[in-house]
Amino acid sequence: MEIAQITTIAGKEFWDRVRNRWVLAVALIFTAFALVIAYFGAAQQGAVGFRSIEVTIASLVSLVIYLIPLIALVLGFDAIVGERERGSLDLLLSMPITRGELLLGKYLGLAGALAFSTITGFGLVALVLSAQLDLNALFHYFGFMASSVLLGCAFLSLAVMLSAFAADRTRASGLAIALWFFFVLVFDLLLLGALVVSGGQWGGELFPYLLLLNPADVFRILNIFSLEDVRTLYGLATVFPPTLAQPWLLGLVMLGWIVLPLAVATWRFRR
Amino acid sequence: MADTSPAPNEAHAGTAPMVVARSVRKHYGAIHAVDGIDLDIRQGELFGLIGHNGAGKSTLFKMMLGLIPITSGEIRIDGAAVHGADFRAVRRSVGYLPENVVLYDNLTGLETLHFFARLKRVPPQQAMAVLERVGLAHAAKRRVREYSKGMRQRLGFAQALLGTPRILFLDEPTTGLDPEAIRGFYAILRQLRSEGVTMVITSHILAEIQERVDRLAIMSAGRIQACGTVQALREAMDLPLSFTVRVAPEDFATVRAALGHLPVSSIEAGETHVTVQCRRDAKMAVIDALARLDDRVLDLAIHEPSLEDVFFGFAD
Repeated sequence: MEIAQITTIAGKEFWDRVRNRWVLAVALIFTAFALVIAYFGAAQQGAVGFRSIEVTIASLVSLVIYLIPLIALVLGFDAIVGERERGSLDLLLSMPITRGELLLGKYLGLAGALAFSTITGFGLVALVLSAQLDLNALFHYFGFMASSVLLGCAFLSLAVMLSAFAADRTRASGLAIALWFFFVLVFDLLLLGALVVSGGQWGGELFPYLLLLNPADVFRILNIFSLEDVRTLYGLATVFPPTLAQPWLLGLVMLGWIVLPLAVATWRFRR
Repeated sequence: MADTSPAPNEAHAGTAPMVVARSVRKHYGAIHAVDGIDLDIRQGELFGLIGHNGAGKSTLFKMMLGLIPITSGEIRIDGAAVHGADFRAVRRSVGYLPENVVLYDNLTGLETLHFFARLKRVPPQQAMAVLERVGLAHAAKRRVREYSKGMRQRLGFAQALLGTPRILFLDEPTTGLDPEAIRGFYAILRQLRSEGVTMVITSHILAEIQERVDRLAIMSAGRIQACGTVQALREAMDLPLSFTVRVAPEDFATVRAALGHLPVSSIEAGETHVTVQCRRDAKMAVIDALARLDDRVLDLAIHEPSLEDVFFGFAD
């Protein structure tokens, strides 16, 4: 595997997104949402202004969990199938580059663009709020930013995987939407449904582990368990074994969600 | 299948073959896209590949470039098997211009070449020189989306020329080029051939390729139906030559009488001329007989069978 080939592809993908203002647009969306949530998150209770980092992050998490998977899937769904459908893939593959290098380069470039948007978008808010945040709050906020990047990378990896499988762009976009529905909307409902229907008989023990099968849930747990005040609020502390609630362990699970779909995509693309 | 005649490019004759294909097959289920092809293309040769759509040209091209797997058989380019580990090094000296090349609209011409130069590990400074060679230096800093079809084609050709290619695969390379650009394109090919670059080219414009290639292969139904120089293919086909003899109408019968004892296949009288068809081996005898008619023959034209005739003779 030649690093230079990977960085050439990654560099092109990244700068393409910077040039067409994709990075700027996504960063601005993140900044705008984060600021609105930080200052007006409690407007329903009749209060306006920044309250606490815990509440702000909890609100941000419930927003980001919808937004970032969608952005990542839209960003990555045509990575391979798009090149194939436009007809530019043959020329690329006639270069001294392997399919694995091309796929990894594409992923890293897109992941770089997504991570850059996420960090600048939310980072800008951290700067604005910095006067009101102590070191501990900043630490939590950076944890939230890092896990948001991981969440984006995991869904981007899934997007690139379906892009390697899909026969055309239309099907790839359909699959991307289906994947988003499944992980963000349906998955938790299915788990809860199974739990309720079986009266807690089925899956009770297994429940926390089943949550790890969804990167969006891993992201949620990662953020809640890093905030002592909020974890009891969500009631998750009772179902989630403390041994599993280690940020580094959940981080590893997230890494698995990045590596595994990419490995499957590479296997498929090489065939 | 016609005999494969030696390449006329004597300067490089006897050198190792750049492309070797042995019993190459590509099957998609029951469809035999390429069905047992053997081919040798020598270094410095300008080799043409013609055939109808669906004849298997593009599939063969893609297998030669290692873009799709081979069902059975073997292809070696510059000594390396296309699916072997050492083919990556060979790719650096391979230039490819796909049919209907698709480039990146958001990049400028120069940026496009910089991108491909980096992938080929060629110094980016080469990009400008290559753009000058294909006549695009003036548009180097314009976005590809502003390029005409002809300009895109030239930019596609430019990326194939990056580095020091030893072999070029050009799929319908003159699509979208105006006649002047086509002349310029072939001037570059001649220059490259004098530098020893091997070129494999496909074209639907048979008259265009006929004048310029050293040898060509005619593909049909996944097989090479004939392969050789244009002259060798004409001879192998033994297509009749055609004479147009302009004479005064009262002399039509004289012409008929003069050629009556020769093996001519047809003599047809038009308004101002007689059209004579004969086998190639009767050519000199017909000329001789017409010469004896002195100034009764007002004008004479001989028509060699075109490659189209050869092509349709073999491929149908």
